[in-house]
Amino acid sequence: MSWLEKILPTITSAVKKNIPEGLWSKCPSCDATLYEEELKNKFYVCPSCDHHMRINAQTRLEMFLDEGSLVEVAENVETEDPLKFKDQKKYKDRISAAQKATNQKEAIVVRQGTLKGMNVVAAAFEFKFQGGSMGSAVGERFVQAVNKCLSIGAPLICFSASGGARMQEGLISLMQMAKTSYALNKLSDQQLPFISVLTDPTMGGVSASFAMLGDLHIAEPNALIGFAGPRVVEQTVREELPEGFQRSEFLLEKGAIDMIVHRAELRDKIHNLLTIITKS
Amino acid sequence: MNLDFLDFEQPIAELEGKIQALCNIKDQADIADEMQALKDKSDALTKKIFSSLSDWQISQLARHPQRLYTLDYLDTVFDEFTELHGDRAFSDDKAIIGGLARIEGMPVMFIGQQKGRTTEEKLHHNFGMPRPEGYRKALRLMRMAEKFEIPVVTFVDTPGAYPGIGAEERGQSEAIARNLYEMSVLKTPIVSVVIGEGGSGGALALAVADRVMMFEYSIYSVISPEGCASILYKDATKANIAAEQLKLTSPNLKKFGLIDVIIEEPLGGIHRDPEAAKKTLRSAIVKELKTLNNLTHNQLLKARGDKILGFGEFKS
Repeated sequence: MSWLEKILPTITSAVKKNIPEGLWSKCPSCDATLYEEELKNKFYVCPSCDHHMRINAQTRLEMFLDEGSLVEVAENVETEDPLKFKDQKKYKDRISAAQKATNQKEAIVVRQGTLKGMNVVAAAFEFKFQGGSMGSAVGERFVQAVNKCLSIGAPLICFSASGGARMQEGLISLMQMAKTSYALNKLSDQQLPFISVLTDPTMGGVSASFAMLGDLHIAEPNALIGFAGPRVVEQTVREELPEGFQRSEFLLEKGAIDMIVHRAELRDKIHNLLTIITKS
Repeated sequence: MNLDFLDFEQPIAELEGKIQALCNIKDQADIADEMQALKDKSDALTKKIFSSLSDWQISQLARHPQRLYTLDYLDTVFDEFTELHGDRAFSDDKAIIGGLARIEGMPVMFIGQQKGRTTEEKLHHNFGMPRPEGYRKALRLMRMAEKFEIPVVTFVDTPGAYPGIGAEERGQSEAIARNLYEMSVLKTPIVSVVIGEGGSGGALALAVADRVMMFEYSIYSVISPEGCASILYKDATKANIAAEQLKLTSPNLKKFGLIDVIIEEPLGGIHRDPEAAKKTLRSAIVKELKTLNNLTHNQLLKARGDKILGFGEFKS
């Protein structure tokens, strides 16, 4: 062991001690070093490049709803592993790991609360939970969110972030597309608005069901939104994809969404639009 | 090796080859016994092979090059059929065939996915992979069916919705989502049949129905076995394992309550006796339509809605 190696571990550990973990982070888009506290105040949007970072469901709901909106809906609904699915790992173990890592029981979190005093139900996807994929539990939680809206006469706002249907529940997952889409008919019958907020990324079976069935489609800037993943499209057509393909700005241009709204303005904009379309 | 037979069908192919050779002999009387013996042997062998098919072998049967496609059925299944074209907005998607038909005298709106057999046909029908305008054409026809109070019959046979640039630009997601939304409350009976391959959202967009039927050796899945294998095992050749895991065969799906009826196939699969398969399909559809046509709109929609809300296995 050289003299350098001998002293190296002490140096690194000393450096680590001086910087508490989680205080600083790096923007995945522009590599800028960011102070966590400031980032939080900026809604996890990079102050230097405006990149909208992926955020967890709890942060999303806390920043969107009024303070103290803590009533969770369908919080006990969890998956059952109906197929006893096993690849390199058991699906059950993957679920336990995801639950531990995210501190959530499933890939969508629903809360009943207020938005600037207005009663609303808001749902947010937890992308780190199995890629925000939709299986039985996500479908059921979404339907219960709709039912809650029906019982209290409130609009539904859903922030989607998902890779699509959850493979490990096979065709049962696919059927959640029908189930969630059907439920939205009931909301519509009662003239209750459904606002779909598409965040990075919203793909596959989630995009091809309730996420594209909003009265209003609002996307965050530069979010990836589409049916097939860009790599699959590229491999199929064997040509270069157009610039900005499947990004929010591309979808706005093609007529798939109503508007792109900066995360800092989502609360104001959605509240404003709801006051116009809902009866007081 | 006979390319019209799959690997596990090769022993049957050999026997069938011998039978074919005997058929060409002029004096049939001399060989009648030998012929019958061979036929019995072939049947027994087929029964044996088909009694223990793996889920992967069934997946291959579902995509068998000689399996009947939508257009092959129309003449026998329906009394008459007039094709209707286009989504009235962008174009006419050839991956989805639709039109007005009659079955045992009953009017129906027919909509089905068409894969195509020859290379030319495959290209023409885009291998049965619809674009948004295909789903929108289907929805247009379903709405017309609702207006004139005629039931809808759909055939599902697709690897999936087309993952192309134009398809994404024109809103593939929205087109599929809209069909799920509208079909779940369409005020007329809907009968869907998975005749071959039910590939994910691209299949479901024609299969939200009062009765979902599957031919015995069809498959219906959230993702293809190859796609699943390449994601979970990083190896598309593990498709056989993925097929088992996905539970994509008709008995499994019936057990989970995701489909309603399994339509039995002729011995050795549809391609071994196409005429029999067509007739079975015809009577299966007629049977369901007769039941559904007796229901009021309220009864129909209540039952359909309850069924859809029942999908899922969870604890709470």
